[in-house]
Amino acid sequence: MQVRYGERLTPWGEVWRSALTSGPGIAWVTIFLLLPLVAIFVISFLSVGEDKPADLPFTLENYTRFFGFGYFGFDPLYPVIIGRSLVLGAGTAALCVVAALPLAFFIAALPGRYKNLALTLVIIPFWTNLLIRTYAWQILLAPHSLLANAAAAWGLVPAGHALYPSMMAVYLGMVCDYLPFLVLPLYSSVEKLDWSLAEAAADLGANRVQVFRHAILPQITPGLVAGIILVFIPATGQFVIPDLLGGGKVDMVGNLISRQFGVSRDWPFGSAVAIWAMAIVMVGLWLYARQARKSGESIV
Amino acid sequence: MASVTTESERRNLSRAPAVEVENVVRRFGDVEALARVSLTVRQGEFFSLLGPSGCGKTTLLRIIGGLDVADEGTVRIGGVDMRAIPAHKRPVNTVFQSYALFPHLTVRDNVAFGLRMKRVAPVEIARRVAAVMEMVEIAELADRKPAQLSGGQKQRVALARAIVNEPQVLLLDEPLGALDLKLRKQLQVELLSLQRRLGITFIYVTHDQEEALVMSDRIAVMRAGRIEQMGDAEALYERPRNRFVGQFLGSVNLIDATVKRREGDDLWVETEVGTLRVSANGQTSPAAQQSKFTLAIRPEKVSMFPATEGVGENRFRVRVEELIYIGSETHYLLRAGSLTLRAEVMNVRVGSQGFDLGQEAMVYLPPGGLIILDD
Repeated sequence: MQVRYGERLTPWGEVWRSALTSGPGIAWVTIFLLLPLVAIFVISFLSVGEDKPADLPFTLENYTRFFGFGYFGFDPLYPVIIGRSLVLGAGTAALCVVAALPLAFFIAALPGRYKNLALTLVIIPFWTNLLIRTYAWQILLAPHSLLANAAAAWGLVPAGHALYPSMMAVYLGMVCDYLPFLVLPLYSSVEKLDWSLAEAAADLGANRVQVFRHAILPQITPGLVAGIILVFIPATGQFVIPDLLGGGKVDMVGNLISRQFGVSRDWPFGSAVAIWAMAIVMVGLWLYARQARKSGESIV
Repeated sequence: MASVTTESERRNLSRAPAVEVENVVRRFGDVEALARVSLTVRQGEFFSLLGPSGCGKTTLLRIIGGLDVADEGTVRIGGVDMRAIPAHKRPVNTVFQSYALFPHLTVRDNVAFGLRMKRVAPVEIARRVAAVMEMVEIAELADRKPAQLSGGQKQRVALARAIVNEPQVLLLDEPLGALDLKLRKQLQVELLSLQRRLGITFIYVTHDQEEALVMSDRIAVMRAGRIEQMGDAEALYERPRNRFVGQFLGSVNLIDATVKRREGDDLWVETEVGTLRVSANGQTSPAAQQSKFTLAIRPEKVSMFPATEGVGENRFRVRVEELIYIGSETHYLLRAGSLTLRAEVMNVRVGSQGFDLGQEAMVYLPPGGLIILDD
C-alpha cells in the first residue's frame, strides 16, 4: 500500500491510474512519432524496388550516397544542400534574436493589460496560413509596391523591379514566420528578470554593456536558448519560403527529402537524408546548449 | 604654481565631508518621497537613516549611490558633485537588502565582480578577494553558489563583495533586516568592529531603532520624506524634538502643559496632575517660549515610592492599573485622574519588589526629565 499526497493506493491501483492518465499521450507519441521514426530508420537501409518504393536487400549505399559518392563519382551536392539549410536556419535564428530581444524587453516593460495585447499581436500572424502569408509578401515586394518604390527611390533597385526573388526577401519571410517562437519564451524569461542584480552590477562598476552581459544575459539565457532551438529546427527544414521568395532555384533539405518521397520515388535515400539531417541538427543543438550553459555561468 | 594649487585642492578634498546632501527632492508621481532633505556625513562616520517604511530613507540611499536620480538638489561625495556621474563610476558600494548576489556565480566570483569590472590585475584580484573573504569569515564558502548559502552567509558575501572595492562610502540598505534576532545582534557587533577597522564611512538604513542606537555615531530620524531630527543616539533619546521622534525611539509619556510661571531656567506648568516644575536647561525646543505645549517623559525616568511618603514638588499619588514583571525590571501602567503613565522600575532591591495591582503609590517626575516637545 502506497500513500501518495495523502491518498492510499494499491500497487495495481497506481499502475492503472498511470495508464489512464499518461496512456493516451504515450500512445499518441508511439503511433505517430516513434513508429514512423523507426520505419524511416529501417527504410533508410533498404534499396529501391522494381515496383515498390523500398525493398530488400539491406544496404549502406543511401548513407554513402549522401556524401556524394554516387553513380557519377564524387559530388558534394547533398552536404551543400544541408549546409545551405543550416545557414538558413542559423541566419533566421540570429535575425530573430536581434528582433526579439528589444521586443521582449519592450513588452515586459508595458503596463499589465497592454502586455497581453502586445503578446496577442505577436501571435496573430499564426492565425493565417503560412502559404497565404508568404504570398502576401510577394504582393508587398512586387514591382511598384510601396516597398519596391521606396527601394527604387533610394537607388537600391532599378525602378519597376520587384524586391523578390532575393535572399533579403527570404529572410524577411523567415523572420516574420518564426519570430513568435523566439519572442514568447524570451519574454517569459525577461518578465521574471531580477533587476536588483542589474543594479548590483552597476553599483559594482559595470557599465551598460557589462551590466547586460553579466547581470541580464545569464538570467535570460534559458529563454533565449529555448527560443533559438524552437526557431532553428523548423527554419532548417523550411523550403516553402525559400521557394516562393527566393525564386526556387536552389534546393533546401526540405524539398530534397520531399522530392525523394514524391517524384523521385526513392524512399530509402529520402529516409537516409532525413536521418542525417536530424542527427546533424541534434548534435549541433547539443553542442550549442552546452556552450550556452557554460558561457551563462562563466564571468568573462 | 599649478602643482601647489592641486596639492591644496587635494587636501581640501580629503578634508571634505564624506557625503553632502543638499535640498534633495524626489517625486514619484504626486508623492514627494524626499522633500528638501539636507545632511552632511563626516569622514569615517557610522551614520544611520532611521524611519518607518515609506519614509524615504531607501530612496535617499539610492540617490547617493546613483541608482536613483534626484529631481532637485545636490549630492557631493568627498566634495565632488555627483550630478553627472553614473552609479558605476561613483566611489561608493551598496549592500542590498535582498543581497542581490549573482546566482550563477560562485561566492569567490561574486566577491571578485567589482574588481573584474575595473580590470584590476588577476593576481591583485585573487589577493584582495582572499583577504576580504578571510576578514568576513567566508573563505571556506568560496566555491559555493548563493543558493547553497544561509541568510547570514549571504549577508557576509554581500558585505565582502562591496568592501573588497575599498569604497569611500559604504551604503547599507537594511542589511540585517531578513535575519533572526540572535544572528542580527551578532552581526551588528561584527559590522561595527569592521567599520572601525576599515575606517570606511558607513551610511546605514534601518527601521529598527535599537539597531540604530547601538551602532551609529549619528542618526537622522526620517518621516514622510523629511528629516525630523539629527544627532547622536543620546541626544535623540534624551532630547527628542517632537512626539514622532520620542515615540519612534523608545516610548514616552505625554502630558499636556500650560505655563503658569517662569523663573530663570525653570518653568512651572499646570497639568492634569497638578503643578509641575520643568527645568528648561538644555531644552532646545522653540515651544518652550509658548504658553502651551506637550511634555514628554521616558518611563524609566519616572520614580515610584510607597504611598506613605508625603506629597511634594513634582510628586503625586497614582494607582497601579497593570504591571508586567520581566525580571530585571517591572513595567507599570499607572493612573492619576485622567492621566495614564508608564513607569519602568529597575528591580534593584533584594527580595520582594515594588507594588501590587490596584495598590496606591507615589511617583516623582524629575524636572530635568520633562522634555518640551514641538508638537
